[in-house]
Amino acid sequence: MKNTPPETTPFFARDREWHPPAFTPGYKTSVLRSPQRALISLEGTKSEITGPVFGHNILGEFDNDLIVNYAKPGEMALGERILVYGRVIDERGRGVPGALVEFWQANAGGRYRHKKETYLAPLDPNFGGFGRTITDEDGGYAFKTIKPGPYPWPNGVNDWRPAHIHFSVFGHGFAQRLITQMYFEGDPMIWICPIVKTIPDENAIKGLIAALDMQNTIPHDMRAYKFDIVLRGRRSTFFENRKEGN
Amino acid sequence: MVQPLTYFKESASQTAGPYVHIGCTPNFSGITGVYDTDLGSGSMVNDQTRGERITIRGFIYDGAMTPLKDAMIEIWQADADGYYNSPSETRGKADPNFFGWARQPGDMNTGEFAFETIKPGKVPFRDGRPMAPHVTFWVVARGINLGLNTRMYFSDEEEANAADPILSRIEHRVRVPTLIGKREGNTVTFNIYLQGENETIFFDI
Repeated sequence: MKNTPPETTPFFARDREWHPPAFTPGYKTSVLRSPQRALISLEGTKSEITGPVFGHNILGEFDNDLIVNYAKPGEMALGERILVYGRVIDERGRGVPGALVEFWQANAGGRYRHKKETYLAPLDPNFGGFGRTITDEDGGYAFKTIKPGPYPWPNGVNDWRPAHIHFSVFGHGFAQRLITQMYFEGDPMIWICPIVKTIPDENAIKGLIAALDMQNTIPHDMRAYKFDIVLRGRRSTFFENRKEGN
Repeated sequence: MVQPLTYFKESASQTAGPYVHIGCTPNFSGITGVYDTDLGSGSMVNDQTRGERITIRGFIYDGAMTPLKDAMIEIWQADADGYYNSPSETRGKADPNFFGWARQPGDMNTGEFAFETIKPGKVPFRDGRPMAPHVTFWVVARGINLGLNTRMYFSDEEEANAADPILSRIEHRVRVPTLIGKREGNTVTFNIYLQGENETIFFDI
């Protein structure tokens, strides 16, 4: 970890026109789960500016390799082998070191390992479908997995999710907490998905589509997809931290 | 022309979906053998932790007053003296026996969540006035497109709540009780209402 002092300034305001609104009737579940009253603005206090730090001691050897982390010894998950890599940066373009990144996904047939999942595609006995890692000093991360399959879901009568990987990210402040999803370049299912379409801005959607990267593809092994994640930036320190108790 | 402002846009949020527990609390979801324990699970206190032991319990209700059974709740709070266990805490050092963060899924059958923690101390607002003791909540679930932020204050802190810089400036006083956890003994009950007459106050933080 670079020997730089921790930042203590508030975060940039969240652009609520860029994120999906709470109420998105095309995604039916949001209808009864969307607050209807205006959010109350709360400029960053210590409670929002601070956040927990996770050490590498929480990580197991194969937490960043979904191909083997649930597989029987000597076996591997079925599917297209891929390397997902990128950087966690903030809105200023600075790398976010030490960020905990957790990910979960369906198997190659589009089936999740979950009690409430009813899709007829089979489970892969060698695939659990989750992993985690912590970013390096430049904000970089990488993991190995198999490409998840698309799957139908109960919303409209014929709605399908595009292939995707869920991401949960911790930055340096609790106000940076973010959950999002990564999609795959070239997938025609992206543009007809009701969950993708909760995002009003086409450029915001494009920001969630990982690029196929042949430069980082490992020959005869696995293709690479690059997925950068942007967390909220922090204000500069000018005229900050001057007030008592801050 | 002016100089360009070279900022990136925050990655757009997407719902945590129905299977958030696979990724964040796999042992809870029945997938064992990969992580020893689920991150943030279990009690937040040990024998050495300073402060008053409390259990925070509650449900999250949707607009049809049905408890969510697939939500994930994270809390973040100061220690008993009002310090956060974070590098961005510059006022002093927090209790090394209190991490301050935890994560719990709602019960799969009832939806109830519970955190075993301590009552936090007061943390100063930006102008130095003390904020009443509070716990920051972050709620994600299927159908929630962007994680919801709220705070839980304590019913046994009437005086501090009355002076709290956030609570005191809320225009619709009738809504303030939605932010107050009800303390009875060592249990603090905090139900979150996503919609309806008692819709919880959520913050844009």
